[in-house]
Formats: sequence, C-alpha cells, structure tokens
Amino acid sequence: MKIFVPVKRAVDYNVKIRIKPDASGVELTNVKMSMNPFDEIAVEEAVRLKEKGIATEIVVVTIGASAAQDVLRTAMAIGADRGILVTTPLATDLGGLEPLAVAKLLTKLIEKENPSLVIMGKQSIDDDSNQTGQMLAALLGWPQATFASKVEIAGSVATVTREIDGGLETISTPLPTIITTDLRLNTPRYASLPNIMKAKQKPLETIDSSTLGVDTTPRLKMLTLAEPPKRKGGIKVASIDDLIDKLKNEAKVI
Amino acid sequence: MSILVIAEHTNLILRPSTLNAISAAQKLGTDISVLIAGKTISSVTDAAAKCDGVTKVLAADTPLFEHHMPENMATYISGFAKTFTHILVPATAFGKNLLPRLAALLDSQMISDVIEIISADTFKRPVYAGNAIATVQSTDSIKLLSVRTTAFDAVSVTGGAASVENLDMSGVTANDKSTFIKAELTQSARPELTAAKIIVSGGRALGSAENFSIIDKLADKLGAAVGASRAAVDAGYAPNDYQVGQTGKIVAPSLYIAVGISGAIQHLAGMKDSKIIVAINKDPDAPIFQVADYGLVADLFEAVPALTEKL
Repeated sequence: MKIFVPVKRAVDYNVKIRIKPDASGVELTNVKMSMNPFDEIAVEEAVRLKEKGIATEIVVVTIGASAAQDVLRTAMAIGADRGILVTTPLATDLGGLEPLAVAKLLTKLIEKENPSLVIMGKQSIDDDSNQTGQMLAALLGWPQATFASKVEIAGSVATVTREIDGGLETISTPLPTIITTDLRLNTPRYASLPNIMKAKQKPLETIDSSTLGVDTTPRLKMLTLAEPPKRKGGIKVASIDDLIDKLKNEAKVI
Repeated sequence: MSILVIAEHTNLILRPSTLNAISAAQKLGTDISVLIAGKTISSVTDAAAKCDGVTKVLAADTPLFEHHMPENMATYISGFAKTFTHILVPATAFGKNLLPRLAALLDSQMISDVIEIISADTFKRPVYAGNAIATVQSTDSIKLLSVRTTAFDAVSVTGGAASVENLDMSGVTANDKSTFIKAELTQSARPELTAAKIIVSGGRALGSAENFSIIDKLADKLGAAVGASRAAVDAGYAPNDYQVGQTGKIVAPSLYIAVGISGAIQHLAGMKDSKIIVAINKDPDAPIFQVADYGLVADLFEAVPALTEKL
C-alpha cells in the first residue's frame, strides 16, 4: 500500500512573527522555517503504518519555492521513501497559492501516483485555513476522515477516531481515503543523525507547477495585513480577597 | 444578496453556534435561509423558524444526514448552492469538516474563520494564530464563509416567524463513503465551553488528572465551563474537547480564569478576546500575565481552593 503525505514549509511555531511595513504579508526573510507541525504528525503516522507492515511506500510532496525541499528531507529522515517538490513562484502562506489551488495540484499528482491513503495535517499554522484535505477529498471523490486522533487500518477499511467539539467520534472509511491529523494522533520522533544522512540519498523529483495544467491564480485579494488589537496588560493583585473585590466591584463580572 | 446558513444541530436542538452564524449573515443582507439537514428534525426546524432574522427554513429530513457526514451533505448541498450568493457555517468542527468539501465542489475559495464582514465580498480573518488579521476580497461568484462564533453576537431565539419548506429528499441516495460508528461525548452539566460566560482553564501546572478537579470545583462554584491548555490535554489531565487555543476552541467569555497556564501564543490565540482575563500562576514572569487584567502570583494548589471557598 502506498501512502501519500503532503507537507508544508511554514514559519516555525516558536517564532514571533512580524508584519511587513507595507502590510503586504509576514516577514519571512531570515526567519526560522520548519515543517508544519500537523504535517510532521502525518509523516510519523505514515512511518508507523510502514513499520507495522501495512504500508509499503511513503511518498511526501511539498509545494513551494526550491527551499521547501528542506521539509521533504526532514520527512525522509523520519522515514518517508521519496519526495516530490512542486515548485511555484507564488507565496504559500498568504496572498498567493490558496488551499483550493493546492488541492487541485495534489489531485494531479495523486491521479498519477495512485496511493491508497493520503495523510496530511488538518491545518497549516501560517494561514490557519483548515481546508486543503477536505477539498482534496471532494476533488478526488474520496471519503474524508478529518481531525484524526486514532487511525486503525484493517484490509481496505480505515477506522478513524476524530476530535470533535463535544468529544470524540469514530467513523469507518473505505480506502482510498484522506485522513487529516489532529494533535493527539502521535508524537513525532526526532530524526537520528544517520537517518538525516541517509535521507540525502533518497530520490527527490522536482516538478514545475505550471506543467500540471492547473490554474493557480488567487481567488482572494489580500488587501491588507494588520496587527490585531493589543490587549493592555493589567495589574497584579496582592491577595485572593483583592482579586474577588476587583472582579465584583471593578470588572463586575461575578 | 441571498444567504444560506447551514445549521449545526443535534437532530433535536439547534446548536448555539448557528445563532452566531445567522448573526453574521445579518451583516450581509436580510434574505437569510437556514438549512437544517438531519434525521427527524422537526424540533430543530421549529426552533430555527423562530430565530430573529431568518426568512426561510429549508428542511432536508433524511436518515442519510443523521450524522452529518460531509460526503453526503456536501454533494447534496452543491446541487442547489448556486441559487445563493453566500453560504455560511459556524467555524466549529462541524463547519470546518463540511464547508471546504462543498467549496471544492463549487470551485470557490472558501474563507475560514471570518471575524468581520466589511462588505459583500470583503472580510477580515485572523492568520498566524491570530497574530495578524488579513483583510481579503473574494472574486468568486459564490462566497463560502466559516464564521468565528465569538466575533458575532447570537441572534435572539424568539421573534422570528420564518416559513419552513420541506425539501424533496426522494432522489437523494447514499454514497458508499464513510460510515458513522459511534460518538463519545463528554458528559457535563456545565455550560458549553464556546458559549459560557465564565471559563476556568487549567494548565500543565495542575500536575495530574486528580489535581485537575480543583479547576472543576472552582468552575462549579462560578457556574462556569472548564477549559484546558494543550499541555494539560496532551498530558491526559483533561479531555481533548476542553482544549482552548489556535487549533482547539476559540472562546471569548466575560471572564476567563487561567490557572497554571504559562500563556503560549497558541493558547492566547484561543482566549485573548475574553473581556476580563485572570491569571493565577506561580511564575511572575509567565507570559499569561502580559494579557491578564488581574494577575495573582501564587501557588495554585493554595490559591484555587481558597478562591473557591471565598466566592
């Protein structure tokens, strides 16, 4: 069984972002970039399925500038077998390549690669859309199992536990299917140095997005990007009595 | 302007998130239809018809929609979606699961987590964990929006007198896609997290699931909902649906009490629109104090029971 894992290069989750002075986007020059954390969970899950003997091959794909191949090497160091870099001149965080266009590009690759399972992050921590997996499922006519916290595969059926607002939901979904990962699915391993070295030898194919026959023109115009309203820091209270007094008589919330 | 709100409901009751989505729809226009898709939904359609601002309720009553599986629902809605200019859902697990699938079928670039409607085609949405607000203008002929419930006041559940149209479901057939097996919902008599006026949230500093009960006790004294940081959920102190943050629940109560939560940006993204924030933390340098209106530097194991006692 082949597993296809789309991953994204995004600003590292520890970075405090800065908005460009012209309000056109977020400053990405000299900023630490990493694999989107939800995608790391997706790669880890695929590798675990391979270790269990369920998967035979893991293909990772990313769409972005040539620097995005870093995250493919990271995924291959975790255990993916080969990588595909789809190059695009568009920004991949904001005001450029949008989730619908990404889903269309991925559809083209999936039609060629013919995997039985796609595992991907539920959202990227830059544009926070949480759309691509569901869109990809729609375009392929496949089922979807979003926000997964547990995945079990038996034969041609995946049983997926999903994190929903009131608790958990379990569904069964026939393969081929699309699973999007939530935080509790697994804890990704750290790649060992020998595996990082080995990953450099694994095959990496580069495809120019313009050769895939997809119109990636943005549908949304980003007019401005602004700071959110700042919360003013408050005061420290000296005691619990003081706190209760403030909540009752100043804030009037209890 | 013709607006469709896809309701979130339990087949018995309309979820409060739907009231926020209807409120967002009112910013766009007055022709507002609400779709109730589910099984044996008459109590829900009745409730929706009474909501302020609703002009028409569309009832899609079929066993196929009992569990709101997106494969069936998105295909069905795509059949008549183009009669609307805007389609809205609340940005909850339900809406996030469904609307992108529908958007792809309609070839429209959906806009997630809308917090402000500027005009019929221009919207504000938070990105980068709420550390930036993007203003985007859609060029699609049909606009699909998921709306952040905390950004729009719920409409009144009375005062409306919408007509109810029962849609013909005879031609709708099941696909062979996903099937529902079971739901394990957290049982609680407390208010729902996303609709609560007061929330008490616990973090990693609680140290164990047993210790987390001091949060429950304080919450019960205040009639509050209980939340948790990602660290507390990951450690197993609290269930996943308690998680407040960038990728968990977004809340904006009148009072948010953060106990033993350091205040990572991902957590702040989920609660910094609360009216009053209280932080109780042993570490005077914890980032949570930078957003707290009232900070108490104290050992939570002494402060929280004492606070519960004195309230």
